[in-house]
Amino acid sequence: MKLKFTASVTILLLVGALLAATNGPLTSSVYVTVSSNETIVTNSDEAFDKMMDVLTNKRCVNCHSIDNIPKQGDDCHSHYLRTNRGANNRGFEATNCTNCHQYENNNYSGVPDWVLVAASMYWEGPSRIEIAESIMDSEHSDGRTPEEITHYLTEHELVLWTWKFRVDVIGFPRELAPVSKENYITEA
Amino acid sequence: MNISLNVNGRSHTLKIADGNTPLLWVIRDILDLKGTKFGCGKAACGACTLHVDGEAVRSCSYAVKFAEGKEIMTIEGLGTKENPHPVQQAWIEEVVPQCGYCQPGFMMATAALLNKVPKPTDQDIDDNIINVCRCATYYRMRKAIHRAAELHTPKELSETQSS
Repeated sequence: MKLKFTASVTILLLVGALLAATNGPLTSSVYVTVSSNETIVTNSDEAFDKMMDVLTNKRCVNCHSIDNIPKQGDDCHSHYLRTNRGANNRGFEATNCTNCHQYENNNYSGVPDWVLVAASMYWEGPSRIEIAESIMDSEHSDGRTPEEITHYLTEHELVLWTWKFRVDVIGFPRELAPVSKENYITEA
Repeated sequence: MNISLNVNGRSHTLKIADGNTPLLWVIRDILDLKGTKFGCGKAACGACTLHVDGEAVRSCSYAVKFAEGKEIMTIEGLGTKENPHPVQQAWIEEVVPQCGYCQPGFMMATAALLNKVPKPTDQDIDDNIINVCRCATYYRMRKAIHRAAELHTPKELSETQSS
């Protein structure tokens, strides 16, 4: 009886050690070789989370829709008046984004080159990891290279619109992205 | 600031205190062209639709500073009583308006559509004519749009617009 108990404990310990070695947290005995000129980012998880807090915010996702219909507002309702992507992401022949959305409109709207993002760039539904993978895949990011994506994410006026206009068309406060623009740009 | 623009074939240079003034107010209050209407004031209803360089634009939310050097056409410039634009003729034939307030915007939107899609289908009309009519004259407007498509050819349309 005592022998059986000892054998069972031994097997459990062996299985536990095996699991820890394959899936568990890294221990001090595991090393990763890094070349001397490679930058080690120690807070990459935090940077990723902050960037994704913004990218998955409704102010971004409203235009990264999955169903060709741009969304509006903090409740992400479908754009009024049956607005739709159209053939070139800008609406239809005689009724398109720029019929209404000018470079500047008023205190709640207006930005250069107002356009719905390409259909392949939908962020409505995928996980954060899947969104990140699609961003880095030029086939799903409108042909942009990772460097171009970095510029787009941190410099394009349509992206930075996220922090502009703090009230909506009625004058009610708009929910802004949960991370400051400066913080987001640094982390992105 | 001075703004130079062409409205219905006539050139104007206007002294504007604030370049962010909506084009609608310049058209109505300075140039005294009252056919273009104020509806919602936020580019949603389309009553203020006119053409800027041939594109339908909601003039209540279009800053006049962007109109510098542009060709503007309002409902007054679309046609004349003696020579109505095919859209105006079709609107008369189908007796479209009820109260009439929103109709100039609809007609300008329709004229822009026919320039791009001379023979629009019902789907084209659904996609492109998204103005709002509180009298719900949509059914008669749809008939009139199809009728206007029969009446006009692109050549006739451009001649009417340039006259």
